Amino acid sequence: MSLQKDDYKLDDVDKRIISATQSGLPLTIRPYHDVAEQIGMDVKDVISRMQNMTELGVIRRTGIVPNHYKLGFRSNGMSVWQVPEEKIIQLGEKVGALDFVSHCYQRPRFLPEWPYNLFAMVHGTTHEEVDNKVKQISELLADDDYGHQILFSTRILKKTGLRI
Amino acid sequence: MELHLNDKKIINQLQGGFPICENPWSELEQTLEIPADEIISRIERMKSEGLLSRFGPMYHAEKMGGGLTLAAMKVDTSRYDEVTNVVNSFSEVAHNYEREHELNMWFVIATESPEQIQQVISEIEQKTGIRVYNMPKKHEFFLNLKFEV
Repeated sequence: MSLQKDDYKLDDVDKRIISATQSGLPLTIRPYHDVAEQIGMDVKDVISRMQNMTELGVIRRTGIVPNHYKLGFRSNGMSVWQVPEEKIIQLGEKVGALDFVSHCYQRPRFLPEWPYNLFAMVHGTTHEEVDNKVKQISELLADDDYGHQILFSTRILKKTGLRI
Repeated sequence: MELHLNDKKIINQLQGGFPICENPWSELEQTLEIPADEIISRIERMKSEGLLSRFGPMYHAEKMGGGLTLAAMKVDTSRYDEVTNVVNSFSEVAHNYEREHELNMWFVIATESPEQIQQVISEIEQKTGIRVYNMPKKHEFFLNLKFEV
């Protein structure tokens, strides 16, 4: 059976796997067996469902997520860019491919006060390092950089995992 | 902060992916040349020290049928703590950051269905009297999730 990305609907079995794993996998020698046992399923089914959800993009990836801040990337700058809307896909792909950009999105503008339509999250050990990286983005965009800003975070007010 | 070489190897390798198979560690033992029990105990330690925030699958909220957006507000300094408490009181608000800008509060809203995003925004606006700028992504470019250490 071939599943199309857009018309696949998660069923109750998928949802059971999601709720058993969304806060993480057990740190054991056989983590998928333990998940299967916990929800009363066969390990082979758990694995094939999770592989399928990965192919469909429901699971972005499986692995570890480091805490950037604790690892020394103390500066987190949200750089926002005003670029021509008609070229945004091409420009966003260039910016998103830079290794120091973790997330890159097109978002709606609120004219006239918020003209920025491209967001690129830049991490560095210091604000200066982030400034330098943002300069590199500006050079890459060249004439298509109609204006940009860096919004540094000054405080984390809340941070929890996403829940469904 | 200095990390042990094996910690670095584990972080660099496992950001890229943890196998979904019956014996996920055996492949990693060979790649990393570290025994499975040592990999596991190092991940456990790094998690408890807060160096790692997760081990497991990362789910894609919208593809699971949920709603997700980035929202921003202009909050007066004199009301900042009060508004922070209101915004953070919503379980749908996952992350919230203070940022240096006139729009000085930026948060992520995640809901079970896309329609609920507008409900949460309206409730925040009602409770605070402050406009919420809703900035859902229109396009996602390449996501770079790896940080070399």
